[in-house]
Amino acid sequence: MNPSVEALRSEFGDALVSAEVSCGDTYIYIDPARNAEILSWLKDTPGQVYNYLVDITAVEYRDAELPIEVVYELFSLDRQVPFRVKARLPKGESLEIASIVSLWSAADWLEREVYDMFGIIFTDHPDLRRILMWETYAEGHPLRKSFPLRGRFSRSEQVRQALNANPEAHYSLEELSIASENYGLPEKMRDRLRRGERGNIPDPEVVE
Amino acid sequence: MAKRTLEVDLATTGVDAQGNPITLPLGVDADAAAQASDGPALAGEHMLINIGPQHPATHGVLRLVVELDGEVVVRVIPHVGYLHSGFEKLGEYRYYNQLIPLTDRMDYLAPMSNNVCLAMAAEKLMGVEITERCKVLRVIACETNRIISHLVWLGTTSIDMGAFTPFLWCFQQRERIYDLQEMWTGARLTTSLTRIGGLMADIPDGFEDGLREFCKTFPKTIQEVDSILSNNGIWCGRTQGVGIFTAEQALDYSLSGPLLRASGVAYDVRKDRPYLDYETYDFDIPLGERGDVYDRYMVRLEELRQSTRILEQALDRLPDGPINVDDPRITLPPKSAAMSDMEAMIFHFKQVMEGIPAPVGEAYFSLEGPKGELGYYFVSDGTAKPVRWRVRPPSFINLAALPAMCEGRLLSDMIAINASIDIVMGEVDR
Repeated sequence: MNPSVEALRSEFGDALVSAEVSCGDTYIYIDPARNAEILSWLKDTPGQVYNYLVDITAVEYRDAELPIEVVYELFSLDRQVPFRVKARLPKGESLEIASIVSLWSAADWLEREVYDMFGIIFTDHPDLRRILMWETYAEGHPLRKSFPLRGRFSRSEQVRQALNANPEAHYSLEELSIASENYGLPEKMRDRLRRGERGNIPDPEVVE
Repeated sequence: MAKRTLEVDLATTGVDAQGNPITLPLGVDADAAAQASDGPALAGEHMLINIGPQHPATHGVLRLVVELDGEVVVRVIPHVGYLHSGFEKLGEYRYYNQLIPLTDRMDYLAPMSNNVCLAMAAEKLMGVEITERCKVLRVIACETNRIISHLVWLGTTSIDMGAFTPFLWCFQQRERIYDLQEMWTGARLTTSLTRIGGLMADIPDGFEDGLREFCKTFPKTIQEVDSILSNNGIWCGRTQGVGIFTAEQALDYSLSGPLLRASGVAYDVRKDRPYLDYETYDFDIPLGERGDVYDRYMVRLEELRQSTRILEQALDRLPDGPINVDDPRITLPPKSAAMSDMEAMIFHFKQVMEGIPAPVGEAYFSLEGPKGELGYYFVSDGTAKPVRWRVRPPSFINLAALPAMCEGRLLSDMIAINASIDIVMGEVDR
């Protein structure tokens, strides 16, 4: 087992929930409320220096009772040691965990992808938008086990929505505001926006 | 790696150190602008332009919404997902061996690297030890694919910068590897080479000679490209000092592959987390000094030479023996045995119908793909289908750094920077 586990236990005590080894790699479960603190410690403490964020992802098990896990895959470039940190988010509560964009900028897109695919909210993320699916995607979060393989809507409904989308729906509100600020939008576009015709932006609470 | 012998810094023409434009855009009368200097017509007027998703310079269905101040990029907002196919979701409904055709379609410029990575990740999860011959053949698969991927990058990037000839040279050489791939697997792009515990097929007669011939003649092409580009004034002007990323920035953005090494960080999965006995091969990791587009070009050019070196060593050591592990639960019996032998038929049936169950656990395996660290992460609950199949896509993570590299530069530099990242949208979107 990776010696970092012992160091973490003496430093953080109960925030380290458990440690296990699978296929030769050590992974630990931590208290989700203290993820940023622990990851920051792992990144900067001499002797640990897990300075390379390999990946952020999430896992949902087939057993609906089990919590969703957020997985941080770390690697120490100085010591050539991998380390996996996981945090369990129980399903009954809101799926929230602190963002670590302030530690690694790479977390920006990775957390957006996890949000997009699993609906996990990363608090204090600077720009938490969908990334692979489009902004007005209303079918939920595709990698959740409750999401059917072929999507929630029928093919005809998907086609209907795609054909009915307004041209300006291809631009985010932020982009439209840049355009509007500098040279104004065409009157037609403005009208449609005023009427709120951007398509339905899904409310994750309702969908899940 | 060759040192830069020519230094040209044309790319910042028209922009001062802070990124503010110092020359007027075309079509603006200098005298009139000087008269109206108290309130220049263009000051503060930003323009929003849309590039892609169908645009040759975005190297795939990438869409960039760019806010411009004159010709200077103020903001880049990338939109990805046009090629999203839900492979990770599909993987949860497939047996491990059935995932292999999906991996071809991710990084389709280096399908064999993906095939090998998937098989290795599943083998790590299942605790399977592959044979010696299989290891060497997989090294050959990975390195030939690094070569074709870098050749596509070199060819298309040189077209982006206005040089057409290297494109033809590169694609000509790439075709030779494709001929070999076709010989081996029957397919050029969708190779589906590996199986859990081995390979789909052993190399055919003539493959070794063909590859040796390639290794002998290919360095000449690298030399030609080197001599036409490395000291070319236009090439240097478009690439030197453009898109500079320091080592700290590169680590902050978790860049990997040639992009990270061009910034001077010596992280290569082949050296730092060796797999397939890479530690026994003799090769060097080229490093850049400044982290600009030119360094990325130099690193990739040198990697082509190093991959050729590895291929030669692999061919020299290629042992005889089986390519698949000797375990009827993992390796599919030969068709002739399945048709005539009762036991073989049962194993064949069970494997095809029930898949190969993996023990409860999880495994992350990564290898040095042409674009960077390609990693597959499996979580298993003991059945023959993964609970979660995660791809660590190097292109996706590298692309996330594009806005930080481009902002404050000219629009034309953005094309060079985007090309230098070497994305493949199949992998970004998965």
